[in-house]
Amino acid sequence: MASLKELKGRITSVKSTQKITKAKQMVAAAKLRKAQAAAEAARPYSQRLEGVVASLASKVGVGGSPLLAGTGKDQVHLIVVANGDKGLAGAFNSNIVKAAIIKANALIAEGKTVQFFLIGRKGKAVLSRTFPGLIVAQYDTTHVRTPGYDEAQAIAKQLTDLYEAGQFDVAHLFYSAFRSALAQIPTEQQIIPVKVPEGGVATSDATVDYEPDEESILADLLPRNITIQIFKALLENQASEQGASMTAMDNATRNAGDLIKNLTIQYNRSRQAAITTELVEIIAGAEAL
Amino acid sequence: MALHFELVTPEKLVLSEEVHMVVVPGTEGEFGVLEGHAPFMSTVKDGALKVYATANAEPRTILVEGGFAEVSEKGLTVLAEKAE
Repeated sequence: MASLKELKGRITSVKSTQKITKAKQMVAAAKLRKAQAAAEAARPYSQRLEGVVASLASKVGVGGSPLLAGTGKDQVHLIVVANGDKGLAGAFNSNIVKAAIIKANALIAEGKTVQFFLIGRKGKAVLSRTFPGLIVAQYDTTHVRTPGYDEAQAIAKQLTDLYEAGQFDVAHLFYSAFRSALAQIPTEQQIIPVKVPEGGVATSDATVDYEPDEESILADLLPRNITIQIFKALLENQASEQGASMTAMDNATRNAGDLIKNLTIQYNRSRQAAITTELVEIIAGAEAL
Repeated sequence: MALHFELVTPEKLVLSEEVHMVVVPGTEGEFGVLEGHAPFMSTVKDGALKVYATANAEPRTILVEGGFAEVSEKGLTVLAEKAE
């Protein structure tokens, strides 16, 4: 049985751990509200852009842009994995990576070539161990506190450059969709070639004037659409990360509380035992006289 | 007579209000949009949007970057990457 001093030491150490997890939980809760608001604020733009792209694409037809039509091949798949930079968020990062690995294995089994593009620091270790040599590029987000539109633009630029250089045929984006603080769903989305939502908008039959022509507007909008998809994923990821972090830290705080309770009981019992032993010794000594 | 005008950036919905007229710097020249404008789509070059709240009011200018304008029966929607 541990000595009283050891027990006391353990209780103090668990208490200070609990303080840290509690602080992290509150920070995550505050950040979650912000991240959620940002994700909601971005919705109108992406909805409208999607609507416009859908209505234009249905008019122009798929032939025009390679971003819409694809390269005509289906061989090289690029898997874009958007992760966070920090841990302490429960299974947030590993869930995304797991989903990406399942997809990659399925594609490899079909005989496709798979490559990885990583956003964020987490997940690199696992992926480079599971698929050595397949990570073609990485976008570092450690220098910014909250990835925003500029980062999304930089990532989209890198992706379209790789695409135009013929490095890959199809790109899938993996991120975590935010449902609530308790539920974040690892989600897969094909971003290149752009998937047009079928019959997404009921455009009126009125003839619309285009300036310049439909093709050039579409060519201008498609890269922007990819950017906005990535931006949306980044925002969802942030909200998910904070939500996961909040839940994980809440659990940790509660576990620490349980541990403290048990240790305190044990401590008090040992203390009582020690006192009893001491009394018995004194009484026994007195009787012996 | 009011035109419903919305200015949207990826970060947020910047403006959503009823105005008299908006002059948009299209890539092929400026164009003004009043209520009842025919359906129209255009890319927008970097420049200043002029928003006229009423017919005689001084215009309010909003700088936009990387934009796109759509006029439908619902009004004018400008999607811009940046607006200030």
